[in-house]
Amino acid sequence: MKHTRFLYGILAYSVVGMAQSVQTVEDKLTALEGAVKSAQSAGDNAWMLVSAALVLMMTGPGLALFYGGLVRKKNVLATMMQSFVLMAVITILWAVAGYSLAFGEGSSLLGDLRYWCLNGVGSAPNTDYAATIPHQTFMVYQLMFAIITPALITGAFAERMKFSTLLLFMTLWAFVVYFPMAHMVWGKGGLLNAFLGGRVPCLDFAGGTVVHVTSGVSALVCALYLGKRQGYPHEPMKPHNLVLSFIGACLLWVGWFGFNAGSALSASGLATSAFVATHFGAAAASLGWLLAEWIKHGKPSVLGGISGCVAGLVAITPAAGFVKPLPALLIGFAAGLVCFYMVAGVKQKFGYDDSLDAFGVHGAGGTLGAVLTGVFATNQVNDALRDASGRPVALGWVDGHAAQIWNQLGGVAIAWVLAIAGTLIILKICDLVLGVRVESEHEVQGLDLSLHGEEGYNFES
Amino acid sequence: MKKVEAIIQPFKLEDVKEALKGVGIDGMTVTEVRGHGRQKGHKEVYRGQEYEVDLLPKVKVEMVIPSARLEEVVRAVIVAARTGKIGDGKIFVYDVAEAIRIRNEDRGEAAL
Repeated sequence: MKHTRFLYGILAYSVVGMAQSVQTVEDKLTALEGAVKSAQSAGDNAWMLVSAALVLMMTGPGLALFYGGLVRKKNVLATMMQSFVLMAVITILWAVAGYSLAFGEGSSLLGDLRYWCLNGVGSAPNTDYAATIPHQTFMVYQLMFAIITPALITGAFAERMKFSTLLLFMTLWAFVVYFPMAHMVWGKGGLLNAFLGGRVPCLDFAGGTVVHVTSGVSALVCALYLGKRQGYPHEPMKPHNLVLSFIGACLLWVGWFGFNAGSALSASGLATSAFVATHFGAAAASLGWLLAEWIKHGKPSVLGGISGCVAGLVAITPAAGFVKPLPALLIGFAAGLVCFYMVAGVKQKFGYDDSLDAFGVHGAGGTLGAVLTGVFATNQVNDALRDASGRPVALGWVDGHAAQIWNQLGGVAIAWVLAIAGTLIILKICDLVLGVRVESEHEVQGLDLSLHGEEGYNFES
Repeated sequence: MKKVEAIIQPFKLEDVKEALKGVGIDGMTVTEVRGHGRQKGHKEVYRGQEYEVDLLPKVKVEMVIPSARLEEVVRAVIVAARTGKIGDGKIFVYDVAEAIRIRNEDRGEAAL
């Protein structure tokens, strides 16, 4: 009897012990999973914060220097100011409603106001967009895209736009063109979103349509609406400081790694692939433009080289993250040639004053890149899109899905139409409310003095 | 007193300054100017937009010297500034009515 009780005791003890050790293993696994998750989140978040900073650097000082060097010296500050002030203005709009209208799950054309005043945008990830980084990181990263896009347009109306009108124009433009387009391509349920239920699945990794086609085409509309600068093209309007432009372009090249590789939204192999494609595209495009220029004008110029690099970066933007390195070289080289022809041939032929070639580089390069993405996108690079059985779906023509080119053209067409219609209406409103162009004598005097009361170069002081 | 005004190639400025020092001329005024004589300009191309640049950068050196030193000074400038190619520049000589040193009101050649 005593023995039996003893045996029961041992048995009971060991059962409890086993249960306890099972629990310990489960706890340990949970703890391990948590640690792995938090390590991945830390790595991804670090890269995404750096990327956000890199993309901001593209606008200021990158684009500000690039554009600032290309204008005459009486307009250098006014030109830089147009980029800089957008860093402030768009940030406010984004915080209040812009982010929500772009990334809130609304209709297929525009987001709703669920993230109004960044309500609910905190450190917990938004699993629809990026499951491993804080929602707030995603929000601020996307903000930097919303800043640079309107800043690109300023190249078209450089040296003649009123500052007050610029503020009104860009505010309206963000609401009418950028937020809807960003929602359609990247927002959940957007019409063109290939990953989150769009009806026309358009592949746009980092903003070929959203950023470059919209800004480039709007730029052309602005150049046509505002008309030429006084004295264009018979008066000399040489870039006043190509050294500034050179520094700006090199900052753009570096910043673009944040733009494209950051669009992987993680510090993953996909980010590396986008990084490599971006770099290859820029390199090939620089050589493409230089070569074309060398043949046509007899000399390869620094301005040609840096213009080519920007054209290549533009064209590779939708494709990075979908294409292999060698197609990236092809896309870049093609962009160098095509954008050179747009700027040095087509613009001269039609005589419009797209002063700093925002359309010739961003409109043309963005369109070309978007279409070529449909050709070269492959699931060997990006297998995020799966069919019902879990297999990666064919992406572009090289995967045997030539019809993707039609989807790409659909995205491009929507971007063109939205940019043309939206920009025209906004310009008309601005013209009625404030007038778009500075007074003639202000244009002659230079916008630095007449609009801002200062000069860029005070060598006598 | 004579004023010698030499318009020269910018890269010859150091040679001219040295030569003038060699003949004992210390005072001069140097200005960066643009202009052209018989020299043709050149073509610049920015993104396909061509510009004919006919006003070329030059340097103008001005000095006022005692009349007796004129030939010596002119010779020094010519030797130092000449490359033998078109675009070397020109020298103009003027009569000067008076020179006054502001500090102590020295007048005439004493003020030079």
